[in-house]
Amino acid sequence: MISLFYMSIVNRMRGYVKILAAQGVIMFFVALLQLNEVNVLNLVWILIETIVFKSIVVPYFLFRIIKRNNITREAEPFLPYFASLLITTAIVVVTILLAGAVSDTYLDKMFFVVALSSIFFGLYFIASRRKLLSHVMGYIVIENGVFILSLAVGNEMPLLVNLGVLLDIFASVLILGIFVNKIGDVFKDTDVDNLTELKD
Amino acid sequence: MILYYLALTVICVLTIALFHRKVDVGFMVYLFVGAQLALTVHACANLHETELVYFSYDAIGVILLVVLSIVTIPAIIHSRIYMDRHRTSPSARATYYSSLLLLIMAMSLGYLANHIAMTWVFTEITTLSAAMLVYHHRNKLALEGTWKYIFVCAISVTFIFIGILFLSLSLMHAGSNDLSYANLLNNSANLDVFWLKLAFIFIFTGYTAKMGLFPMFTAGIDAKDKAPSPAGALLAAVLVNLGFIGIFRSYSIVSNTSVGQWSRIFMIAVALITLFVATAYMIKVRNIKRLLAYSGIEQMAIVILGMALGRVGCYAAILHLVMHSFIKSGLFFHLGQLFRVYKSKMIENMGGYFSYNPFGALVLLLGLFCITAIPPSGLFISEFMIFKTMIASGQYWLFAVVALLLTVLIWAFARIIFRIVFIPQETENKIDTPHISPWESATQIVLFLLAIYIGYGTPSILVNLINEAITVIS
Repeated sequence: MISLFYMSIVNRMRGYVKILAAQGVIMFFVALLQLNEVNVLNLVWILIETIVFKSIVVPYFLFRIIKRNNITREAEPFLPYFASLLITTAIVVVTILLAGAVSDTYLDKMFFVVALSSIFFGLYFIASRRKLLSHVMGYIVIENGVFILSLAVGNEMPLLVNLGVLLDIFASVLILGIFVNKIGDVFKDTDVDNLTELKD
Repeated sequence: MILYYLALTVICVLTIALFHRKVDVGFMVYLFVGAQLALTVHACANLHETELVYFSYDAIGVILLVVLSIVTIPAIIHSRIYMDRHRTSPSARATYYSSLLLLIMAMSLGYLANHIAMTWVFTEITTLSAAMLVYHHRNKLALEGTWKYIFVCAISVTFIFIGILFLSLSLMHAGSNDLSYANLLNNSANLDVFWLKLAFIFIFTGYTAKMGLFPMFTAGIDAKDKAPSPAGALLAAVLVNLGFIGIFRSYSIVSNTSVGQWSRIFMIAVALITLFVATAYMIKVRNIKRLLAYSGIEQMAIVILGMALGRVGCYAAILHLVMHSFIKSGLFFHLGQLFRVYKSKMIENMGGYFSYNPFGALVLLLGLFCITAIPPSGLFISEFMIFKTMIASGQYWLFAVVALLLTVLIWAFARIIFRIVFIPQETENKIDTPHISPWESATQIVLFLLAIYIGYGTPSILVNLINEAITVIS
């Protein structure tokens, strides 16, 4: 939660990656505390996945890409940082209000707020930054939000958590990781402004 | 059977990808086609059976599986022609074929999945394999297309997952936790309405990336533009069916609840926006592949419109989808020839096609008539049924708007094709025009004729299957 606020103001690429890693660690503990009704083997698998992929492998890949392409800071976001911070606050407030309106016995309100605000923040982050790498990170924030949401229903349907885990690995590491490697080689400064040739 | 099919596909894909120097790639591909046909025959023979818990041969799945298998054969033939003409390197060839097979496998099993999570898993696999096909040319534009495709699809797949989570919340209110379609249908009366609405919005939006509807259609356009034309045919003609089946199955649940009417209005709105967008782009498009891609979006809008109009509309929508697959893939296969004549995809570089390749020009004209639903096209029948439903239910305004947009679309499409076929080229380059054997057009003609046949003399077995598929819609 706080990490989202931090992310909206930090402009160094490395800062983002550290936040993502920290989110991975938080997710590890949340999963440990929340999933007390699924069987042990399954729990271990989920926990290992979160710690290994979300907080080690993905940040490692991102670090490597940053290093190789010498990207140090976000060039210029479309909005100033202060506005960014305000928008993030607004997102969080709105989701809290939304969650208040949606009271449901099957859903922990806390999880709902965190998940929804991560998803919205991720979308906002993608829309407001220029670097492709920032887009990837925004996507990972969304994935984290979805993961939290799946944890909220995980006790009843562990299948969903497993699926989320499995395909988040698939999506985030394989596709985005490897692809940004290639994209970094072709587009030297990985900026969305370079991706406008394909249009009508 | 599915287990064998899956195993064989994995073996084929891996051997082609890893050992393409040592094994005969062609042989492995034919082996896979054999497995695909065997699965199709097996599915037809074992209707209503369930295999491996998560797959069942239900009516709609089997219809689309048969369509896919029919389109697969010319796709392989044209891939081969494409590779030979472009002198593709063996490793690029291996990557192409292995991702092609993976894509076909994922689509087949995605159609047959009876569990919402399984459909989702195979949708994700199609994203991966389709991205490899889009990246075939390994240049900057292809990379841009691939990147956009992957990113939009990744987000859309996440949306579907959020939708599934909401659906599971909705299902918990009904006191159940089995997310198979059959169980969801059984419990549809007890689902929580609020979460169901949210779930439908998210799942629908997610699948629009695959099907090519309003919010997320952009990725598909770039992908179909950049992929080699035989692969583009698969993306445009049968991958959209996977998006359709995802929407169809979740709509079948929603339509049985109290939010059914709401979901129909939602779908009509999406269809209208999509039609409008397709019209706007088709008027100014300059690239023939993108023209076909936008035409696909238009057809999908009509399908969704039909689906939103109750059972008769739904029947017409499925019929439309089947015929669209044949016609659109035929047109995409033909692009290979067109490209060899003009060495360009830009419409301004084309013209006088009739004098370069008379037989191909006739095929292209037939394709034009088929895709714009001018009789004798089979699409005419299904569109006519959809229009009839609209008038019968008193939605005159809807009818007027759709008819107007379709008229503009037909004009835009026909203008471009007539220009290519008849108007002489501005810059002459007759010297190096290759000779193209009429046999290469044979598959296109077969596909077009098949679509016409299905439209006018719909085989009774297909009628029964479609009728069975729409019993779940209310």
